Amino acid sequence: MSCLLQLRGIEKRFGSFAALRGVSLELRAGEIHALMGENGAGKSTLIKVITGVHQATGGSMEMAGRAHRPRRPQQAESAGISTVYQEVNLLPNLSIAENIMMGRQPMWGPFIRPVEGRRRARAALARLGLEVDVARPLGACAVALQQMAAIARALDQEARVLILDEPTSSLDAREVAELFAVLRRLRDQGMGILFVSHFLDQVYALSDRITVLRDGGGVGTWDVAELPRLDLVGHMIGKPVAARAAESARNEFRGRAAAGFFQVEQLERRGVAGPFAFGVEAGGATGLAGLLGSGRSELARMLFGIDPATSGKVRVDGREVALHSPRAAMAAGLAFCSEDRKVEGIVPSLSVRENIILALQASRGPLRRLPECEQAALAEKFIQALNIKTRGPETPMGTLSGGNQQKCLLARWMAVQPRLLILDEPTRGIDIGAKGEIEALCAELRRAGLAILFISGELDEVVRNCNQVVVLRDRRQAAVLEGGAISLQRIMETVAAA
Amino acid sequence: MSRLLSSRLLPLFATALVLLVLFAGAGWHYEHFFSARVVLNLFKDRAFLGVIALGMTFVIVSGGIDLSVGSVMACSTVLLATLIMGMGWPVPLAMLVTLGFGAAFGGAQGWIIQAYRIPAFLVTLAGLFLARGLAFMLSPRSLEIRHAVYTDIGARGLPLGDGLTFTLGPIVFVAVLAAAIAVAHGTRFGRTVYALGGSESSAALMGLPVGRTRIAVYALCGAGAALGGILSTVALGSGDPTRGTGLELDAIAAAVIGGTVLSGGRGWMVGTFLGVLILGTIKTILDFEGSLDPAWLRIASGGLLLGFILLQKLIAIRARDI
Repeated sequence: MSCLLQLRGIEKRFGSFAALRGVSLELRAGEIHALMGENGAGKSTLIKVITGVHQATGGSMEMAGRAHRPRRPQQAESAGISTVYQEVNLLPNLSIAENIMMGRQPMWGPFIRPVEGRRRARAALARLGLEVDVARPLGACAVALQQMAAIARALDQEARVLILDEPTSSLDAREVAELFAVLRRLRDQGMGILFVSHFLDQVYALSDRITVLRDGGGVGTWDVAELPRLDLVGHMIGKPVAARAAESARNEFRGRAAAGFFQVEQLERRGVAGPFAFGVEAGGATGLAGLLGSGRSELARMLFGIDPATSGKVRVDGREVALHSPRAAMAAGLAFCSEDRKVEGIVPSLSVRENIILALQASRGPLRRLPECEQAALAEKFIQALNIKTRGPETPMGTLSGGNQQKCLLARWMAVQPRLLILDEPTRGIDIGAKGEIEALCAELRRAGLAILFISGELDEVVRNCNQVVVLRDRRQAAVLEGGAISLQRIMETVAAA
Repeated sequence: MSRLLSSRLLPLFATALVLLVLFAGAGWHYEHFFSARVVLNLFKDRAFLGVIALGMTFVIVSGGIDLSVGSVMACSTVLLATLIMGMGWPVPLAMLVTLGFGAAFGGAQGWIIQAYRIPAFLVTLAGLFLARGLAFMLSPRSLEIRHAVYTDIGARGLPLGDGLTFTLGPIVFVAVLAAAIAVAHGTRFGRTVYALGGSESSAALMGLPVGRTRIAVYALCGAGAALGGILSTVALGSGDPTRGTGLELDAIAAAVIGGTVLSGGRGWMVGTFLGVLILGTIKTILDFEGSLDPAWLRIASGGLLLGFILLQKLIAIRARDI
């Protein structure tokens, strides 16, 4: 097999911080090559160097035998390298066809030929086995279709190298299968595909070779068949996987939820979700399990007063509380880590310290400013305790990797010392090592008496962490499982029950 | 599909409907309202606002704003008057130089916005003061333009019979509208403007020329303001440093009433055209109703603007829920 893209000793420094320290990689024609590594290992930076968003400060690249040093994304594209970024980077206000053809529209003098453009867009989508109305605005399409449009854009440019940065994090199982079928077909046509994912199953199902990065350096490249999963994880985190602290916490816990301090009674938001009825015990973990769209996030938003309930009651310590706004919910001892950390959670331009103290400051009110030294101490404490990888407490939040941002969010809510912490998809888009750390952290918090409401699309995570599981179906409560009754099998049966 | 399309075009339909209702209502209420002369005057009086509002629409669609257009227009009228009357330049050359001034002023603002990542609101606010000051420096008071060529082009136009002529102002307005539609929807530059307003980072990652396009958009808007100034000197026979005060807000209002979303990425040139006509029709109605307080002009414009903003929000919410 011939080598398409060759990277030799790539280095990238941001100021004094070395994001990449001599990474080498070889992408062959007709292979799917997985790029693995923990958050902050340098995967995204490496991709941005290949695509010309960043310029390498050392090392060399070759694309199809010719030196490759792009200064702009355009140059990488014309060299035959197309990229589908983690957050779909397309234009929601324009049509599917325009998104595919943008910048390469067929022209007639100074004017675009829209009919020809739509025909070519349809042809590119047809190669992916899709037949859609390409005049539809992209923003109105499902994320999966948007991703397909991004790939179709790559196909229309006759790309020879396709880079996919976490393409599956927002797709459901069927959509993932469709995407993989497309990728395999493209590989068989001789394309070189570089694939970044956090899902080990997917990596093993799809890729031919794996390159592992750790702390900005290349650990090595292996054929998939020669790299057992445990070894891969070991290479990624550089140490054996953290002990299953979560599981032991679950077994230790013997509380009775029915008599818990936090009681939800027939809570409902008309037309959205409900009714719900369950209790949460101090130190307990309640999981919300159900399919995507089953009402998990809706319930969380109801409890935290973002979209308040229209009927039903919530009692804390037997006293009825009205959760009509996030402020009221915080006063009642609730804290909420949102699912969409990019939009609703972090403030990227503020520093790590400021992000961590945000909720605490808000609960104190604007007049009682937290003293500077206390802020610094708090930030330092959480950076240590949660093992947040940052250059320092004053680094802007936006420069941290996804997992580390998530840890900062956790820190923010831990700082206010809530009684019930709602975690909506706390482990989405973060890697195995960080996942384990966050689960262990939750277990520790529970030992200190904090109750957790845990929402996750990954059922085994729910089973592993929770002593009570509320199963949701069609935006209603289908069942409450407790203690020994909790198993993957039972949850799935309840979800699937007619 | 048809429902989706109709919801996307809804603001445009709403604008057209409002214009129709206003016009029909006024025609029913006032004698002589429904006449070619009224329509013609509507176009004549609103021609320079129209040209400026079209430039503004490009800027807003690209995700920016240009507060300097009123001042740039005033400065252009005084510059033109000075070049022709004070320095004796030939009229066509003076007009070309004035257009060039507008484009350069706008382009410079665009360059500052792009190069230093400063909000357009601030840069063009500075531009608003700068250009107004420049206008007063060129001439502290109104300058009459007495020139054979000027009286000539002022009188010319397409004869429509009945003693009516489609004069230069309206002709240029309609021509600029046609060009704006062609550029916005039919060229790579136009589509890149929409892309820029949709998501700048996505546009950059798609390899589109983000910086060049942004500077060009502001240059275009500045040239539009200068062209508006030229048209106003032809219509009024003078250059005046106080002209066009607050015009930037009328231009923004016309664009928004026409369905352009202030956060960028969405808008129609035709909508802005309709928005300009709506503002003009309200003014005409007030002229007909001699006894009415002119304050109603502002109140009606404000009410309409609010109504259209709420409509846009409603559509956005509905689109999210689908």
